[in-house]
Amino acid sequence: MLYDTLVGPFIEFEFMRRALAAVIALSLAGAPIGVFLMLRRMSLVGDAMAHAILPGAAVGFLLSGLNLFAMTAGGLIAGFAVAILAGVVARSTGLKEDASLATFYLASLALGVTIVSIKGTNIDLLHVLFGNILAMDDQTLLVVAFNATVTLLVLAVIYRPLVIESVDPLFLRTVSRAGGPAHLAFLALVVINLVNGFQALGTLLAVGLMILPAGIARFWSRDLTVMICIAVVAAAASGYAGLVLSFQTRVPSGPAVILVATVLYIVSVLFGRVGGIVRQMFPGRHLEA
Amino acid sequence: MAALHFHNVTLGYDRHPAVHHLNGEVARGALVAVIGPNGAGKSTLLRGIVGILRPLDGSIHLGGLDSRDIAYLPQSAEIDRSFPISVFDFVGTGLWRGTGLFGGIGKAARGKILRAIASVGLNGFENRPIGTLSGGQMQRVLFARVLLQDASLIVLDEPFNAIDSKTTTDLLALVKHWHGEGRTVLAALHDMEMVRNHFTETLVLARGPVAWGPTVEVLTPENLLVAMRMCEAFDDSAAACAADDTRSRAA
Repeated sequence: MLYDTLVGPFIEFEFMRRALAAVIALSLAGAPIGVFLMLRRMSLVGDAMAHAILPGAAVGFLLSGLNLFAMTAGGLIAGFAVAILAGVVARSTGLKEDASLATFYLASLALGVTIVSIKGTNIDLLHVLFGNILAMDDQTLLVVAFNATVTLLVLAVIYRPLVIESVDPLFLRTVSRAGGPAHLAFLALVVINLVNGFQALGTLLAVGLMILPAGIARFWSRDLTVMICIAVVAAAASGYAGLVLSFQTRVPSGPAVILVATVLYIVSVLFGRVGGIVRQMFPGRHLEA
Repeated sequence: MAALHFHNVTLGYDRHPAVHHLNGEVARGALVAVIGPNGAGKSTLLRGIVGILRPLDGSIHLGGLDSRDIAYLPQSAEIDRSFPISVFDFVGTGLWRGTGLFGGIGKAARGKILRAIASVGLNGFENRPIGTLSGGQMQRVLFARVLLQDASLIVLDEPFNAIDSKTTTDLLALVKHWHGEGRTVLAALHDMEMVRNHFTETLVLARGPVAWGPTVEVLTPENLLVAMRMCEAFDDSAAACAADDTRSRAA
């Protein structure tokens, strides 16, 4: 019975297996990015970027129909343009990155909406907005896996400067010029993973599988490496449980994944070992030293 | 051979000079105190030396040094203390010049890091997250990182602010040790007693240089009084600097 509920759907249906594979690939790449977004206090930057890539994807869709490559390319172009312009403006002027990003993503969003309304709308656009993880074809799955692989490789390359820039940016500036490129590469990874997530979760929820696991991890460890591992596991677990939930009930798949992650997050906030609310209320007797 | 050569250096923000027309040299291996009231331009000068701030005018020569041969300890480091990183890893970033992006931290490097942590008196703190340290302990950690940077020019911006006397004594010993090893050390300081007792050379700064030379000659009540008076606020409607005009006309 339990077996039928938890494992059965994946054995019986190929689309469930594909969905599971996609969710795991998304977790492996997206969750570490989410941890850095959180630690660099850029959680909402991820959200803003999700809005920024939306018009690019919509334009890709209008030009060539429901073709993931066109939509991905459009999303990447819009996302990179916004990320790089915002990064360059923030670095060459005194403007804070969030302020400059807000300007550019709003411009991008306005431009996208204008283009869409001039060219006429389509119901399929809903697909872009909310995704459909249960409709993964081979091509899409390969793109998702490829993007995840690229993400992990690039992250490995920029890991050290990224960490140092997060802790002590001034120090990195005095010893190396790697800080700027590392930061831009990181923004590019954010965009890639958002685009990657939108087939599965839609543009609006894609950022959820990055940020929520990071938030969960933060309540269980003070060590960066452990944090990243917890985030990946939490993301994959939410993905799996969300798929099962969606299969057994009528909850759509994307929201189901994010809702499961939200439940994990609430549990972590309450019972987390590091700064969880219950732990703070009942810390135990103080130590000797 | 000079470690640092200032040629008519003007440093500032938004065209307003904070350090005005500084000329002079710092000899290799010198131990220099930079003193002056708040807003005198001490930090600005140090930022110019390490290359974070580009001079508005004039130039600073590093005597053949790469900017990576400089270890810089800023006054209020923009350190995110909430970031989950251990004392060991944080101090280890001081080895950047050797490791770069990918270089591994081998057994020898691990030993170096542990010795650096021990020599600032933080034995046993290796695995503590930096967020759990007190102000003085964090300053010790920063000194350990400077130690690992193994730089020939060390620039310290008010390194003993808000630090208790025991920590100050320990860290000052480290500074003198660096001096003994022939490294050039520049430190912005407020404690005149310390400057008098431990620093051979002093630059009194108040927007412009007031006096510069051996501490015994420079650290006089008269010079300090002049420095106190010279610190005025930025004038938003100030005209372009006339000293530059005469200079260019002469040239």
